[in-house]
Amino acid sequence: MDIYFFLIQLLNGLQYGLLLFLVASGLSLIFGIMGIINLAHGSFYMVGAYLAWSLSQQTGNLVVAIALGVVLTVLLGLLLEWLLFRHLYARDHLYQVLLTYGLILVFEELRSLVWGDDVHGVQVPAALNFSLPLTDTLSYPVYRLVMSGVCLAIAAGMYVLIQRTRLGMMIRAGASNREMVQALGINIKLIYTLVFSLGVALAAFAGMLAAPVSSVFPNMGGQVLIICFVVVVIGGIGSVWGAMLAAILIGMADTFGKVLVPEAAGVTVYLLMALVLLWRPEGLFKR
Amino acid sequence: MNQAPRAVNTVLLVAAALLVLFPLSGSIFYIQLLTKIMVMAIFAMSLDLLVGYTGLVSLGHAAFFGIAGYAVALMSPKYEAASLWLTLPAAMGVCAAFALLTGALVLRTSGIYFIMVTLAFAQMAYFLFHDTGLGGGSDGVYIYNKPEMKLGDWQVLNLENLNHFYFLVLILMVVVYLLLRRMLDSPFGHALVGIKINEHRMRSLGFPTFRYKLAAYVIAGAIGGMSGYLAALQFGFVNPEILSWHQSGSVLMMVILGGMGSLHGPIIGAFAFVLLQEIFSNQAWFGAAAKHWQLAMGIFIILVALRLPEGLAGLLTKFRLRKTLAYRDR
Repeated sequence: MDIYFFLIQLLNGLQYGLLLFLVASGLSLIFGIMGIINLAHGSFYMVGAYLAWSLSQQTGNLVVAIALGVVLTVLLGLLLEWLLFRHLYARDHLYQVLLTYGLILVFEELRSLVWGDDVHGVQVPAALNFSLPLTDTLSYPVYRLVMSGVCLAIAAGMYVLIQRTRLGMMIRAGASNREMVQALGINIKLIYTLVFSLGVALAAFAGMLAAPVSSVFPNMGGQVLIICFVVVVIGGIGSVWGAMLAAILIGMADTFGKVLVPEAAGVTVYLLMALVLLWRPEGLFKR
Repeated sequence: MNQAPRAVNTVLLVAAALLVLFPLSGSIFYIQLLTKIMVMAIFAMSLDLLVGYTGLVSLGHAAFFGIAGYAVALMSPKYEAASLWLTLPAAMGVCAAFALLTGALVLRTSGIYFIMVTLAFAQMAYFLFHDTGLGGGSDGVYIYNKPEMKLGDWQVLNLENLNHFYFLVLILMVVVYLLLRRMLDSPFGHALVGIKINEHRMRSLGFPTFRYKLAAYVIAGAIGGMSGYLAALQFGFVNPEILSWHQSGSVLMMVILGGMGSLHGPIIGAFAFVLLQEIFSNQAWFGAAAKHWQLAMGIFIILVALRLPEGLAGLLTKFRLRKTLAYRDR
């Protein structure tokens, strides 16, 4: 394996890992803070990808489509929290699992009714539609590099939001002791609503970014969902930093697994998770 | 505690009687559908032992279902019938061994971590059958001859006959229900419920909780294997999809939908889950909308999650309770 080929796989692994981080960080926040096991998180990823496709068809510009899509998915998150999730906080986690399982079915059918069952490609914006040459035969698409950059920027933004702002302080406090935070006069319900719609928007945004690379297809959320649960669990629940590290670990394991041991490519990720959890039963970075 | 209320027992007896009489209707389609549902009911009861009684939420239960299915497929010779007396215990034994081996590892974790490690092991089993030649890869294997049930020269049940197979499944479902109910009423069962409620307390009372949980895991795995064995026989075919995480997810949904921690809950859940799919996708009733049956199914599940805190099984006792309350308030 020569060095450029290795470099390309490294970049692919990094890009896949960073994309997983966007989806997984929302999942981790929603679980860590609100205690909700959200099986519908993959559906939000799918909704994002389909929004990117249909809005970019209508506006002719992927960036505008993504901006519109983020606004729409934040609203979707607010609506779902207000309509459904709010009523289940006090109940057994398993009823939230049941609810979100029902949501998967609903989203999948709504997608079929609104957008049909076809596979669609999404155009990379013209300004980014070229490749950086590495050698005479190998090159690397710039759009993937930009994707990684955007993901890193968002990760940095989340770090600042959660660790450095007043709102982030309330979020962290709400995660460790709900009653105490309420007693201090902080509106915990509002915080839950915000965290939930932030999580939804993150997953959808990841779907929008990935749309030009992975194309847009039915049931695309299912795969992502399971891998993201793996990321959350390896990283340690509620730890954004852990999710970041685990996402890159999984991205690399998956990419290099496919290249080096193609026969066992499916197993690598799960084997890694089983090993990590047997070594540290509560993930790498327990909060 | 597991002594079900009288109303529930009455309903269960009536339902069992109806199931015994059903083959008289002679409808092949519905006999096969009910057989499939009862197989899923056995599967769901075995998972409920973990989820509802021991507090171990597994998202990898399909592993047992699939391993037993593959076990019987690989044990069946191509041109003659195997014996049920050998293959059923063998398939369940393989599942119990797999449960013992993986259980010793997965039970080190708890909560959502337990959910994910069980999923991990099930996924590894999935890829074992999917990516290697062991069981025909992603194409799966056929079972050409159903096993025989013979005592000497007497054929107890002919499993090629739909009615006979129906009764085998019905009998096994009732046996599993009664055995589990008996077991859960024993000190062992009470210890499991104690572990679900507060494991620390049980441990400080001197219970070796790990061994109790492992025992429950192995029993659930073996019974899950029984259902997988029956499913493989019914369809005469196994492929990796029977141990995918979708399968683990559906059976978990049956348990929660029906009502956890009440053995009849998972049975109700299995019936509701499969029958509703049939109803909502019935073109004669819903026309073009039948194509989008998942929408109706999803909304139904969401409503149950929001409105019925004890699942569908809660309905059996709810009305009585409400009546009593209304009476008292007067």
